[in-house]
Amino acid sequence: MVNLKKDNFIIAKKKFKSRLIVGTGKYKSMPECAKAVKLSGAEIVTVAVRRVNISDKKKPLLMDYIDPKKITYLPNTAGCFNSIEALRTLRLAREIGGWKLVKLEVLGDKKNLFPDMVETLKSTEVLSKEGFKVMVYCNDDPLMAKRLENCGAEAIMPLAAPIGSGLGIQNKVNIQIIRQQTKLPLIIDAGLGQASDATIAMELGCDGVLVNTAIAKAKKPFEMALAFKNAVIAGRQSYKSGRIDKILMGNPSSPLKGII
Amino acid sequence: MKKVKKIKIKVNGKMKSFIGDYILSDMLKRLKIPINKVAIEMNEEIIDKKKIDKIKLKQNDKIEIVHFIGGG
Repeated sequence: MVNLKKDNFIIAKKKFKSRLIVGTGKYKSMPECAKAVKLSGAEIVTVAVRRVNISDKKKPLLMDYIDPKKITYLPNTAGCFNSIEALRTLRLAREIGGWKLVKLEVLGDKKNLFPDMVETLKSTEVLSKEGFKVMVYCNDDPLMAKRLENCGAEAIMPLAAPIGSGLGIQNKVNIQIIRQQTKLPLIIDAGLGQASDATIAMELGCDGVLVNTAIAKAKKPFEMALAFKNAVIAGRQSYKSGRIDKILMGNPSSPLKGII
Repeated sequence: MKKVKKIKIKVNGKMKSFIGDYILSDMLKRLKIPINKVAIEMNEEIIDKKKIDKIKLKQNDKIEIVHFIGGG
């Protein structure tokens, strides 16, 4: 029996039960976001670092809706297009309250939002030397994934498809190659569109998935949050159960002996 | 009559005027900033929040106050 109760998701030596990480952007409201996070069962959420609105002091704060003592905040560098911006953002994030576990995302193109891997590599190296635990958004490129690992990345987070595209995993082969070469947590980050995409990611051997738009922009975000929760569990269970070999021709399920 | 000294400071991209020898912690109080939920940068250097009582504001200082918001 595959016992998922003992199957912990370990990031930077910390144990988590849920293998689903969710983003907190694009929701209609903070209460909607908080409820979707709760239904998803996620124990880690990504958050962005932005200026405080100094003219509207009554604007609600994310921390008032999602308690960082109960849910691990993963500050990201979304919107950063070079290493300098990304480092500045994460150093500030750490200062808010001691966050060392961070998500690095250095984008290279405003339209396709693909990561700039040269800047990403540079930033990973600097951040790990400064004591950050860096989870890195990257291309689905095994060679770059290896380089990130050598630079001290804490987790490898290749995209399934462009951020927010909902296209699902485009390159299963590359994801499997990355899985085979690394023992680091491998998390599919970006591009998922529906719950079954998360199942596929888990069946490919990924340790987790990170989803934002597919839940936040679903017609029914709460139901989709629940669907993703179940999809990740199903995918993990399926992966751990060991799938059958693929064969070209049919193989009958009922015995041939005793046919009348 | 004594002339009141005014200084201009940029906070989160907006010009603000403060009177006299303003201390960073006073300014944060005036703006009602929840200090434990933000990070502060002054002229592109991160400020240790324990020291905000001792930092005097000067003309043309640039201050950034950031916090966490929803993001993916």
